[in-house]
Amino acid sequence: MKDSEYVLEMKNISKSFPGVKALDQVDFYVEPGSVHALMGENGAGKSTLMKCAFGMYHPDEGEIFINGLPVQLTNPREALDHGIAMIHQELQSIRTRSAMENVWVGRIPYRKAFGVHWVDDKKLYQDTKALMDDLGINVDPYAKAGDLSASQCQMLEIARAVSYNARIIIMDEPTSSLTEAETNLLFHIIRKLTAKGVAIIYISHKIDEILEIAQNVTIMRDGKIVGTWPAADLNTDLIVKRMVGREMSNRFPEKKHRPAEEVCLEIRHFTSAGSRGFRDINLSVRRSEIFGIGGLVGAQRTELVESIFGLRAISEGEILINGKSVIVKSPEHAIQNSIALLTEDRRKSGIFPRFSVLENIVIAKQSADTSVYKKGIFLDNQKRAADAARFAEAFSIKTPSLKTEIRFLSGGNQQKVVLARWMLIDPNILILDEPTRGIDVGAKYEIYSLMEKMASEGKTIIMISSEMPELLGMSDRIAVMCEGHLSGILEGEKATEENVMYLASSYKNAEKVLN
Amino acid sequence: MEKQKKFSIQHFFMNYALYIIMLIMIVIIGMMSPKFFSFRVIRDILMQSSTRIIVAMGCMYILVSGAADLSGGRTVGLAAVVAGSLAQKSDYYIKFWPNLPEMPLIVPVIAAVLIGLIVGLMNGFTTAKLKVPSFLATLAVMMIAYGANQLYCNKPPNNSQPLGGFLKSFSNLGTGSFLSVPYIIYIAIGVCSFQHLLLTRTCLGREIFACGSNQEAARVSGINVYKIQMITFALAGACYGLAGCLEAARTGSATSGYGNSYEMDAIASCIVGGCSMTGGVGTVFGTFFGVLIFNIINYGLTFIGLSSYWQWVVKGLIIIIAVSFDMRKFSKEE
Repeated sequence: MKDSEYVLEMKNISKSFPGVKALDQVDFYVEPGSVHALMGENGAGKSTLMKCAFGMYHPDEGEIFINGLPVQLTNPREALDHGIAMIHQELQSIRTRSAMENVWVGRIPYRKAFGVHWVDDKKLYQDTKALMDDLGINVDPYAKAGDLSASQCQMLEIARAVSYNARIIIMDEPTSSLTEAETNLLFHIIRKLTAKGVAIIYISHKIDEILEIAQNVTIMRDGKIVGTWPAADLNTDLIVKRMVGREMSNRFPEKKHRPAEEVCLEIRHFTSAGSRGFRDINLSVRRSEIFGIGGLVGAQRTELVESIFGLRAISEGEILINGKSVIVKSPEHAIQNSIALLTEDRRKSGIFPRFSVLENIVIAKQSADTSVYKKGIFLDNQKRAADAARFAEAFSIKTPSLKTEIRFLSGGNQQKVVLARWMLIDPNILILDEPTRGIDVGAKYEIYSLMEKMASEGKTIIMISSEMPELLGMSDRIAVMCEGHLSGILEGEKATEENVMYLASSYKNAEKVLN
Repeated sequence: MEKQKKFSIQHFFMNYALYIIMLIMIVIIGMMSPKFFSFRVIRDILMQSSTRIIVAMGCMYILVSGAADLSGGRTVGLAAVVAGSLAQKSDYYIKFWPNLPEMPLIVPVIAAVLIGLIVGLMNGFTTAKLKVPSFLATLAVMMIAYGANQLYCNKPPNNSQPLGGFLKSFSNLGTGSFLSVPYIIYIAIGVCSFQHLLLTRTCLGREIFACGSNQEAARVSGINVYKIQMITFALAGACYGLAGCLEAARTGSATSGYGNSYEMDAIASCIVGGCSMTGGVGTVFGTFFGVLIFNIINYGLTFIGLSSYWQWVVKGLIIIIAVSFDMRKFSKEE
């Protein structure tokens, strides 16, 4: 057996998805008994790399060594057998079963009698109890997983990982749903594990946490490794600079619109009806303005705009349009008030896959005002076709015909169809949630041009984006959210990548960058 | 070039599998018994199909809107009994409502449609407002409808006996004909035409398809999904009610057992006719032929002297063949 100073070595890993090179010759080494932080912006390739290590993805090229021995991981089961466990961002406990069953699911201890495997409840309980006592986890093994808090579920996941005798535990944003006290408890357990020689790979956006718990930090950007440093040599500014550090190229149309003085949309004290949602958001957006909203995944940006559009309930707050208070309880109200929303997930809530391009374009207008497309009691197909053709032309939608089902179009063209759907109702306020996600560069530029054109025509545009260059390149002002709070609004020279990243990872010390 | 041609033949078979199967069956039955191609046989098949067609049309509204409906059969039964009880001759020996005068034809018809409408609205309310998944909501409503039917039938002096002694005008609705074509065939074709126009040519129709195709996107697009669900269930209920009334008129009798398992036949017909269980897909023509194909089997197998038990085996096979072709077509396109 060959000795190695690393428990996990990933060498020269590359992985492509259609249209994207997610990982490009990545080298990643983890020492035993250490906490190794993995950082980077959304889409930098962190999760993809970890899914390769856990056998969920198969790298196109590259090798993986565990304790110096090469391994082929074709599924998570094999990764577990090799001592690698992963705790996912969305916890996957079986809510209706007990804590102990959740820990041992798939490997429930049994006794054999009369040729049948009977569950050995006593051993199940004792094994779980011993495991939890050892880690200092305080959870009743009999409790139903559904009754446990997010932090307790997290502890269960850790117990499960340890029960596989894992030598490497990957944690993907483990603290995203934990309070500060719960985070401290997690850190306590992490230190116990590392003392036993377990290596932890810790993915997080929270810089303060990483500086506290990690020994080594690897930073990724655009599918490549920027570098690995001892945490002791790093500080917040350095980390942000290294995560961002890319050049801005001329990927955006020339800015022609000029925001007007008058406020078009104002929201006051907006608070989500959900217990973990956004809190007390105050914003005002002007006419002819492109207003960006930045932040990390989970910052509640989508939830905020969906509440403005009436898709989600708020417990408190007010919407003013052109200074007048309006009530928006459903998308119908929003559309009546001239608000449109391009949703984040095109497949889930954007396109009607089996509908033609034509139907997809006219659907919102047709429902908003049933009289427009009527000829007697029937639909006026000529008028519908004329409108659809006009917008398909204006948005340069590439489709064999207007009768083609939308599912046969490329992502970028589908997005343009949905955008055309909203422009057809001629809204004053257009909210775009990740308008260029998953579409190619050329189509992106076209969508930017369309946004620019709409803003010049006096429309108000609110754009959520997780892509830093897009956010900086397109927005007049940028609101940055963090954990449901509005960290601050950046404008002019203050709107830099560093400041956005800073506000996105913390809302508490916002004054530092705002003043 | 060669490849292109081959592909299109395959495509043709996949697209028209249902009609090809139907044609083959008719040809086989016709070869074994040439009398099959007579006006009388065609008329009988259509006549037997007509109430089933109306039930299937109702079911199709629901499937297209993305829900499921199990209440169809029992609603037919309830409507048949209610219509029958209002259409009896005054001298019938166990008249359901002994003191009721003889009613004009319109009364039982309207009552049956209303009963269907009420059951439909119950389905809609349970699904759209109470958010009970439609499969369970309609299962529960189906039980309630059947229970109500039995309670109603048990009323003295009827005491759960089959209802009979219908007025001539009522029986005539089910058995009479114009230009040798029974009225109920005209009615079924009328229902189909109405539905075809509603689904393809009106705003409401587009919204029903939109809800079934992607409910979340429909909501975001400003469609009132609650309203659409209520409307589709109400329309479906009205179809069931009408079918129940016609079933009683056609058979000259009505019991609480009427309509049993019609909903399953209706779902099968819709699916074989190209509707999707996940919603948003379906045509009136497809469903129409879906019903016909089952009734041709029914009639045809007896016609050539095969045991009618065989029809179940053949029906099952046809569902499997039709749907598997459809799935293959869909996965090819993906």
